[in-house]
Amino acid sequence: MAGFLQQIVTGLGAGAIYASLALALVLIYQFTGIVNFAQGELAMFSTYIAWTLVAAGVSFWLALVITLVVSFAGGMLIERIVIRPVEGAPELTIVIVTVGLFIFVNAAAGWIWTFLIKDFPNPFPGGALELGAVTVNFSTLGVLGVVGLVMGLLYLLFQHTKIGLGMRAVATNPASARLVGIRVGWTLALGWGLAATVGAVSGVLVAPLLFLEPNMMAGVLIYAFAAATLGGFDSPVGAVIGGLIVGVAETLAGAYVGFIGSDLKIGVPLLIILAVLLLRPQGLFGRAAVERA
Amino acid sequence: MTESTKTDEKTSAPPATVKTPAATRWRWGALAVLLVLAVYAPFQLAPFYVFQLTMVLVYAVALLGLNLLVGHAGQISLGHGAFFAIGAYTAAILMERAALPYPLTLPVAAAVAFLIGLGLGVPAMRLRGLYLALVTLAIAIFLVPLLKRFEELTGGSMGLTLAKPQPPAWTGLAEDQWLYFIALIVAVGTFLLVASLLRSRVGRALHAVRDNEIAAEVMGVRLSFYKTLAFAWSAMLAGVAGSVYTWVIGFVSPDSFTVNLSINLLAGIVVGGLGSLSGPVLGGLFVMFVPSISQDINDAAPGVIFGLLIIAVMYVAPTGLAGLAGRLIKKIPRKKE
Repeated sequence: MAGFLQQIVTGLGAGAIYASLALALVLIYQFTGIVNFAQGELAMFSTYIAWTLVAAGVSFWLALVITLVVSFAGGMLIERIVIRPVEGAPELTIVIVTVGLFIFVNAAAGWIWTFLIKDFPNPFPGGALELGAVTVNFSTLGVLGVVGLVMGLLYLLFQHTKIGLGMRAVATNPASARLVGIRVGWTLALGWGLAATVGAVSGVLVAPLLFLEPNMMAGVLIYAFAAATLGGFDSPVGAVIGGLIVGVAETLAGAYVGFIGSDLKIGVPLLIILAVLLLRPQGLFGRAAVERA
Repeated sequence: MTESTKTDEKTSAPPATVKTPAATRWRWGALAVLLVLAVYAPFQLAPFYVFQLTMVLVYAVALLGLNLLVGHAGQISLGHGAFFAIGAYTAAILMERAALPYPLTLPVAAAVAFLIGLGLGVPAMRLRGLYLALVTLAIAIFLVPLLKRFEELTGGSMGLTLAKPQPPAWTGLAEDQWLYFIALIVAVGTFLLVASLLRSRVGRALHAVRDNEIAAEVMGVRLSFYKTLAFAWSAMLAGVAGSVYTWVIGFVSPDSFTVNLSINLLAGIVVGGLGSLSGPVLGGLFVMFVPSISQDINDAAPGVIFGLLIIAVMYVAPTGLAGLAGRLIKKIPRKKE
């Protein structure tokens, strides 16, 4: 039993990371209806910026703040430069453009920082909390805490600020939002900036566990997709809960299903995506899309 | 979200085909010249270049499948390399474990890839193309550990090494030339097959699905049927290409079929030209030569070039190189009748 609980705790820790990247995906999807295939790569790029700063002697937390600011600006810039020209174009075009961005960012990181793996400092202390028979690493607690904090801040932003109100208006109906004087273009860019910032957090959280290299986020991206699909692509809360469920499911499957083991765990998100698409396509918390011809 | 259904100039718009008799004649003439050159080339080039051209043909067959799906049916796949790998491994396992003569492995590989494509296409196609992209990406990433797991069948991470097909004595050809001609025959065959498919009722149905799903449905096109079928066909063509790949390389290993292969193939067809028949050939040249040339600059250079080109092509020339060529031909002034 203790072993089982231990696996669940480990799964929650992994799930929190998937949740944070899923949150970034959902943020962009909500505003623009775009699923950003480059989200993981942008997070990886941000993590490299943090690594460069830390390697240059900047303290970890200051480096994090700088990274988040740079990521925010970078996300806005990408929306303005790369995504803007294809705004309103069919899904196929936009998906291809974000895939192009994926390839470009991945290769650019490889060019700048080479493909050798780098050690990334863990911001949390190494010890663990003993709760009866279960040990909870401080780093797991830290990850969960950070993701909870990000969730809380986003909630405050969306529900209790004027900017957030404008963003919700744009997400609901861009044309009406424009008519009441909201600058839709800039709001969309703001959405991308926010998503890049949230993604950067997930990159920084994942790097100490996976080692930093340009392909670090490819697997995480699949888990995040599964989390967003499970929770519903239009529900931030769903993305977080979906992420936690995916993390736990993956850890339990790896530990208790002999056939899956640690190498085939990447099949778990694939199964989850397929199952959700077949049984409840809008996800647990999403709204079913209704289309008008 | 509702905006995503509206079609736009800047997307998978049909290629700028020219339908005048003069242009058609011009086209057949060019095709004939190209074919003569293709037959002549292996007798003039060094074996290494013949090998490279063979690989261009292999990629072109795979891209033909991807083009059917992305360019003609408007669905997106980020896992085309996985079906390529399924075809390659089917051929390799049959040759290695069952000692099947190599020409027989091609239809089996095609059938296996087709069936797996059909099975995976059914759940993914019930929804919009976006989810297909997700599922196919997940498949492409999942396939590598899966191939490593079934070691007794696939040879694990070490892969399988096979004897390459030898040319029959009566041909008097060298090994590389023989392989080239096999690839050429497969490529021409599949191109003719796809070309006639697209001219038929099926082709028109696929184009209708791509251009406006709702209108297509109203006209009596069964969306899920045609989308799933397009996915299965594209998987089948990837499987065919994969089996020829196995003959040409004589070696398969999981690391040859990572998600990068799928992404390179998508890049190839986008740059080569979505929705045109010459797109796959241009894309094949692109996938083969751009990495090998640019790798000298930096390991990451192919990726940087691919990424930038994909984005640039989607902005300025959504029909790719083939579409650009088509537009240029259109601009040539013709005699007034």
